[in-house]
Amino acid sequence: MNFPILSSLVLLPTIGALFLLFSKDRNSNTGKYVALFTSFVNFLISIYLWYLFDPSTSTFQFVENREWLKGFVNYKVGIDGISILFIILTTLITPLCIISVNNTIKVRLRDFLIAILIMESLMIGVFCSLDLVVFYLFFEAGLIPMFLIIGIWGGERRVYSAFKFFLYTLLGSVLMLVAIISIYWIAGTTDIVQLYELGIDTKYQNLLWLAFFSSFAVKTPMWPVHTWLPDAHVEAPTAGSVLLAAILLKMAGYGFIRFSLGLFPVASELFTPLVYSLSLIAIIYASLVALMQEDMKKLIAYSSVAHMGFVTLGIFTITQQGIEGSIIQMISHGLVSAALFLCVGVVYDRMHSRLINTYGGLVSVMPKYSILFMLFTLAALGLPGTSGFLGEFLILMGAFKDNFLVAVIASFGVIFGAAYMLWLYRRVVFGNLVNKDLLKIPDLDNSEKFILWSLAIPVLFFGFYPEPLINTIEVSVNDLIEMYNFNLNMFGPEVKK
Amino acid sequence: MNNLNLISPEIFISLSIMFLLILGVFKKKSSSLIHNLSIGLLLITGILTLNNPVDSPGALFGNSYLIDNLSSLMKILTIVGGAFVLSISTKYLKISKIFLIEYPILILCSILGMMVMISSNDLMVFYIGLELQSLALYVLASFNRDQLKSSESGLKYFVLSALSSGLLLYGCSLIYGFSGSTNFDIIGSSMDSMHYGLTFGIVFILVGLAFKISAVPFHMWAPDVYEGSPTSVTLFFAIVPKVAALTVFIRFLYVPFFNMIDQWQPIVIFLSIASMIFGAVAAIGQKNLKRLVAYSSIGHIGYVLAGLSVGTNEGIQSSIVYISIYMVMNLGLFSCLLMMKRNDQYFETIDDLSGLSKNHPVLSLSLLVILFSLAGIPPLAGFFAKLYVFKSVIEQSMYFLAIVGLLSTVIAAFYYLRIIKVIYFDEEREKYDTDHSAWLKISLALSTLLIFLYFIFPSKLVEIVSRINII
Repeated sequence: MNFPILSSLVLLPTIGALFLLFSKDRNSNTGKYVALFTSFVNFLISIYLWYLFDPSTSTFQFVENREWLKGFVNYKVGIDGISILFIILTTLITPLCIISVNNTIKVRLRDFLIAILIMESLMIGVFCSLDLVVFYLFFEAGLIPMFLIIGIWGGERRVYSAFKFFLYTLLGSVLMLVAIISIYWIAGTTDIVQLYELGIDTKYQNLLWLAFFSSFAVKTPMWPVHTWLPDAHVEAPTAGSVLLAAILLKMAGYGFIRFSLGLFPVASELFTPLVYSLSLIAIIYASLVALMQEDMKKLIAYSSVAHMGFVTLGIFTITQQGIEGSIIQMISHGLVSAALFLCVGVVYDRMHSRLINTYGGLVSVMPKYSILFMLFTLAALGLPGTSGFLGEFLILMGAFKDNFLVAVIASFGVIFGAAYMLWLYRRVVFGNLVNKDLLKIPDLDNSEKFILWSLAIPVLFFGFYPEPLINTIEVSVNDLIEMYNFNLNMFGPEVKK
Repeated sequence: MNNLNLISPEIFISLSIMFLLILGVFKKKSSSLIHNLSIGLLLITGILTLNNPVDSPGALFGNSYLIDNLSSLMKILTIVGGAFVLSISTKYLKISKIFLIEYPILILCSILGMMVMISSNDLMVFYIGLELQSLALYVLASFNRDQLKSSESGLKYFVLSALSSGLLLYGCSLIYGFSGSTNFDIIGSSMDSMHYGLTFGIVFILVGLAFKISAVPFHMWAPDVYEGSPTSVTLFFAIVPKVAALTVFIRFLYVPFFNMIDQWQPIVIFLSIASMIFGAVAAIGQKNLKRLVAYSSIGHIGYVLAGLSVGTNEGIQSSIVYISIYMVMNLGLFSCLLMMKRNDQYFETIDDLSGLSKNHPVLSLSLLVILFSLAGIPPLAGFFAKLYVFKSVIEQSMYFLAIVGLLSTVIAAFYYLRIIKVIYFDEEREKYDTDHSAWLKISLALSTLLIFLYFIFPSKLVEIVSRINII
């Protein structure tokens, strides 16, 4: 495979963005079609990539290796079973975001599309980079477009939220940069594949792990550094919230699997209790907080914190089920939370309110909307038959294997999840139609239907038939765990597994 | 005579200065001509410098004047910086009614001084160069003499700078007294180390140099002088003299006193950490952009010093990479500042940038790129500058310095973000004029593109710099 397919995936949206940048008119629809076209082509390429992808091996495929910073860093990209799913998630969500700008973005449409496209490039870059510095570059560069998306097109407290988002994430990441450079001096390379083979000296692992953790914990977000997320979600425009929830949060989960487990097995083993406790706190605390929210977006934001708590929990069970469950949970949460934010966006565009008590009785006005909203609500609480179930189930299974108590506490999170989601749904959709303004609003239009159905289909499909997902990740996860245990036995005999 | 070839740039620029002076005296209304001529002459000087056979280092005048890779690169940086300053300041000078023949000549004089500093391998030569450039800078700072602030900044700079020169000279005399020579090589070889006199000498000289590059705690002059000077002079202050002072820093610390690294390393680390933190924190409250640039340049000097404190060739190289990228970024920033003009009046507070993105999308996009780069966010050039510095810092396991430095980039990011917020998130104001000179547009476009596209060819600059091996 000589054609640099991954680089073209990364570059294509940027080229689209450049094209938009040099186009003259700032608000016309042509820009939208260009953006839609590029991101859709990107989606097709990524599907084709999945088709070409060989799931029977965990070695990295489609690898490109170019000299970049001479004698220091190579530009190296490649994918395995874990990363390909995230790339497809990214390329699926982006065109939907672009369609959704129809009703939400009224000013400076072109600039918004440019930001979204550049964001797509960077997100794909994060998931396919095989070098720590390249990873860091993509990871950090994503802050710029997101900062602008929240700050320019956001709600009332957009400035505060944008700053909080940027500074929190940056603060977490700079320590990771120190760690990355240290790894270069300790191991002599920042190439992940080589680092997997070489391993990193045990005596440095704990500090390095903590440095990476500081970055990923902020991004995940884990309790207690999750506070930027509700603010950012609430103030960001719909498309921005969707990108944040569906993909940006997944970068951290991906990072945990790829770097924390892959590079620092001894430290991961040591810090598992820490991650467990923080995850459990996140699950329980965020669920309880979500119950009390009056703002729909904030509720979904807190539910994201809880769901990501499940993800981190699953990852650090270091069992086949747990990690597979986490990956599926991330994909599923990417689809479902995106859909939920879009659902909120739909009614927000009509009523300009995100408060739950504005609504009630929507079912009689917007029946189609209510059906789809219900589907996603049920997927979010993990009803069997939706993709959400599979992820949570596998995570809990992995957790039971590892630690009974942890699993029991986490199971409460599932119940709370059902509680806040169903209560939200009841208050918004059922009940008496009190607010007379609601009578005037139309049901879903075609583009909204299209967006929500394109998310609903995979949610249902993978709920009933998760085989393609499992097949893709199985070997990679299995080998990751084998490598983990091997390294653990090699370098950390005093720690028992 | 062969040897004199090596200093042909210096000879040429001296002759040019005299020629321009005479021309200015005898030809009436020759400001424009002299301005353009000086740019041309400066460029010729640059070409002459490029032509020097740098593969074999040459020493002149009893080994007191060195032409090597380091000096050539730094001279080129100085000359290019000076040429850009001259070419983009024409319109500003005309509007501020200070379009006089002295301006380009003074800049040429100070560049000559800097070239001497850069090549100096002797305390005396170094001091002569330093004074030549400083004297020209005093005058330049107060060039807009009808304005109170400008005269004040010139006077302030003069008094404080003279004080620091005094300290520096005292340090020189101590070193001469204890080592018996002013030549760097001889001091290095004849040094009976660990003598307190020498340590004192180093400290005094470091203080003087730290003053010149405005490192904390010797930075007090910078905000006032930056704010008071005419904008084009501020640009000159911000980028050019630092290159020369940095070169002396490198030569002084690494040639004669490399064996005493244990003595001076803590001092440089302290200067570095203090500058990084202070530059980040003090800039937060600023309202005037020029003042803000002063604090931000204090912070950036902290990073340069961090690279310098390491004590390896890589460290020195990373400092040089940093200062080169810093020059480009500041050039772009000031090009933007010089574009903020409405009805022949220049604006320089942050609030004047309010809502700029709605009226001037291209200008704001450039500012966005430059500011994020100054904040060190990838994939812009500023990030790579920091990456190299911290790479060399961490190589020597100086984790404390690295972590403090990176944490202060987070604080510094706040005030850069604040400017971006004003540009992109706030309400728009009246439009600015768009009749900028071609040079201004070119320098803005060039610096923005260099910063933005640096990640495509990140190795070029490093390759050039990696030829510099001092130790």
